[in-house]
Amino acid sequence: MSAAPVVTGIGVAAPNGLGTEEYWQATLEGRGGIAPISRFDPSGYPVRLAGEVPGFDAAAYIPSRLLPQTDHMTRLALYAADAAMRDSGADTAQLPEYGAGVSSASSMGGFEFGQRELQNLWSKGGRFVSAYQSFAWFYAVNTGQISIRHGLRGPGSALVTDQAGGLDAVGNARRQIRKGTALMLAGGVDGALCPLGLAGQLSSGRLSTEERPDHAYLPFATEARGHVPGEGGAYLVLEDRDSARRRGARVYGEIAGYAATFDPAQETPGADGLAHAIRRALREAGTDPQQVDAVFADAAGVPELDRTEAQAVTAVFGARAVPVTAPKSLTGRLYAGGAALDLAAALLSIRDGVLPHTANVAAPAPGLGIDLVVGSPRTVTVDCALVLARGHGGFNAAAVVRRAH
Amino acid sequence: MNTNHTTQFTIDDLRRIMRESAGQDEAVDLEGDILDTHFQELGYDSLALLETTSRIAREYGIAIADEDLDGAESPGALLQLVNQALTRV
Repeated sequence: MSAAPVVTGIGVAAPNGLGTEEYWQATLEGRGGIAPISRFDPSGYPVRLAGEVPGFDAAAYIPSRLLPQTDHMTRLALYAADAAMRDSGADTAQLPEYGAGVSSASSMGGFEFGQRELQNLWSKGGRFVSAYQSFAWFYAVNTGQISIRHGLRGPGSALVTDQAGGLDAVGNARRQIRKGTALMLAGGVDGALCPLGLAGQLSSGRLSTEERPDHAYLPFATEARGHVPGEGGAYLVLEDRDSARRRGARVYGEIAGYAATFDPAQETPGADGLAHAIRRALREAGTDPQQVDAVFADAAGVPELDRTEAQAVTAVFGARAVPVTAPKSLTGRLYAGGAALDLAAALLSIRDGVLPHTANVAAPAPGLGIDLVVGSPRTVTVDCALVLARGHGGFNAAAVVRRAH
Repeated sequence: MNTNHTTQFTIDDLRRIMRESAGQDEAVDLEGDILDTHFQELGYDSLALLETTSRIAREYGIAIADEDLDGAESPGALLQLVNQALTRV
């Protein structure tokens, strides 16, 4: 088995910052991106808040060729993927034709585009439907558009596991690199802040109807009342360690371990599936629980789900034995983009020796038994971090990122 | 929608609809002499052309048969096809 792949590039499009450093600064300063929905009039819906990516001028970042054929969330994905490639400094033209690929997670697809074209179909007729509707709404579209734009002709895939997808896509990329692919662009961007998309998300029953932005998404708090939906996410460039080293690439860390499990059918998810994923990911990384410096939590923001996540963490690590944090309290849940963004945050924590706090949460609910980072960032050396994600319907994923030596 | 039978469809009309349908490749100058340039060389693939002709048909209230489109490989040929269809309206 070859060494764990390394991360050499990060690209972020988040509700509290467009660009990696913008996101990271905002996160450490506790500046959030949750605000009243601006992209459509949500007054007919019980949910009025969302995390929208600020200042995204698509024409400034996306070639005009791609604008007529892309949904807003695909443009965000193209931005993040391109930013990750630039950050890595990798030149895919130097690789064999099939030496680089792309692995994306997605949960919804281009709903805003799709809604517009469905409205054209039913109000005006089939002749008024865009030819690009053939793919622009589709959940796999980001993988295809990124692959074409960057000439990534190697393995391509699109994983649909809700919030777990951000880790599953990177886990899949890791597997492809171990099988011989030199470079993988991996991550996820989601976003469906349109009437059709919001209606779909409401069906989960897990969205917060609170209207105060700093009270709406309070994971692990006694007052937790669901999550705020968001848009955006992150892409990472994963490379084979030796080829990254040969070209003198800057390395953020390695994807040391990854595992996914699936919950059995039951009324409420238990903690066993997630705990099992954590143990397997740690085993794959060759890491003892004592060596893990931080846990980036899935942070559902629903009391019962927060409790089962805390149970899984304490079952593996013990009570209050490891710092747990959820910087996503500033962005809302980004579905397939959420865990990819948490991976970026974990790698930046390793780089900067600081753990972002779970903003807006004063203290974890009594009895959870976790050491939740609240109030302000915690200065601490982070050599190894665990990132957790759960997808609606029983998906669990865990990834271990570690400082590369 | 303009269904006036005196309407002429010009290269500038086509340029505008091409930009709306598929933007413009950075390496291509649509303002240049493009009448006889193959659509592929202008960066327009079959889907971009489908979108372009569909928008023309909608805006000018004409129908263009798929088999006729197969022969229209340059802006000049498409112009001719559209103007022929306009005389039939």
